[in-house]
Amino acid sequence: MCTVCGCGKDAKKQDGHTHDHDHDHHHDHGHHHHHDHVHSHGEHGDLHFGMGESETHIAGISQSRIVQIAENILAKNDHLAAHNRAHFRDLGVLTLNLMSSPGSGKTTLLARTCRELSGHGPLAVIEGDQQTANDAERIRATGVPAIQINTGKGCHLDADMVGRAVHDLDLGRGALLFIENVGNLVCPAGFDLGEAAKVVILSVTEGEDKPLKYPEMFRAARLMVLNKSDLLPYVPFDVDVCVDYARRVNPDIEVLTLSAHTGDGMEGWLDWIRARQVEAGA
Amino acid sequence: MHEMSLAEGVLRILEEQAAAQNFVRVKTVWLEIGELSHVDPDAIRFCFDAVVKDTLADGAALDIVRVPGQAWCHDCARGVAVSTLTEPCPHCGGHKLLVTGGEEMRVSELEVE
Repeated sequence: MCTVCGCGKDAKKQDGHTHDHDHDHHHDHGHHHHHDHVHSHGEHGDLHFGMGESETHIAGISQSRIVQIAENILAKNDHLAAHNRAHFRDLGVLTLNLMSSPGSGKTTLLARTCRELSGHGPLAVIEGDQQTANDAERIRATGVPAIQINTGKGCHLDADMVGRAVHDLDLGRGALLFIENVGNLVCPAGFDLGEAAKVVILSVTEGEDKPLKYPEMFRAARLMVLNKSDLLPYVPFDVDVCVDYARRVNPDIEVLTLSAHTGDGMEGWLDWIRARQVEAGA
Repeated sequence: MHEMSLAEGVLRILEEQAAAQNFVRVKTVWLEIGELSHVDPDAIRFCFDAVVKDTLADGAALDIVRVPGQAWCHDCARGVAVSTLTEPCPHCGGHKLLVTGGEEMRVSELEVE
């Protein structure tokens, strides 16, 4: 079953992906503590059948016991994200995870970014949507390789999906990889994909109080891009108020204002990316 | 709803632990859910019940332990209690807060047989 939505496995499809990988990772996540609860296993693997509620054992009659495990629910995702991160680091790849609500202009920003950066080193894009390959096609039209991940009913990308997509992308050394997450200001915030930084894009038509309404997203992001700045004269959006709200949930968040449509402010965005590439050793 | 994938994560932990610690049925699951975590307790309860149907934890009770939110106020230079990511420091009213606790999403204990 799909780990995201409970739908059939095939719902999680990636175009250009026709082979199955074997992702066996053997790890011992067991945490065995000594404590006041009953255990049936001793320190050396000894079996003790008299430690249940009844303090005895009768064949065929079970008894309850308590086991302490203390395992993070997201441990598997975090582990796969660490794999992705190590892979990116080994290749000197800068990976940025772009997140926003649907319609903020993520794909327009990405397509423009691809056009402006083409010829300046290897670039690739992973597109996440519930359905359709429209966004990957928009990116490919710029000449940049793109892989579409369709999550089916899933509301976010996870590290496993990204790891599989990365296998299918021929990432050159020092490449720049953009991941466009599923349009959603809630769920993607909690899932590490192995990226160097999360970027949240908010368009000025959405309302300046989004950082207060969706604090987890703005807290997770290193950079907030305020898009569609060309529409500022026509909408009641106060940039200063929005930045203040964002800094209430994330005092360190960086902010850029631009219009991916007109190109105004794009240079600041490209400079920010170049600075992150230097940090990544790309 | 990302709580569905988190509930799947809980079930995966139960299945791994069942193999490692030799049990066949889970009767109670204790989950530590921080006040500042990405989880809505009611939503994960709903998803958990759906996800564990016809598994080793079918019908298991889910006991959610809320862990209070904690933050460090840079202006006051002390730890403070917060229950949301948007509220200010209860002492100075500022927002220069670094979350230090309450983000847990952890399976802490199981009652098994």
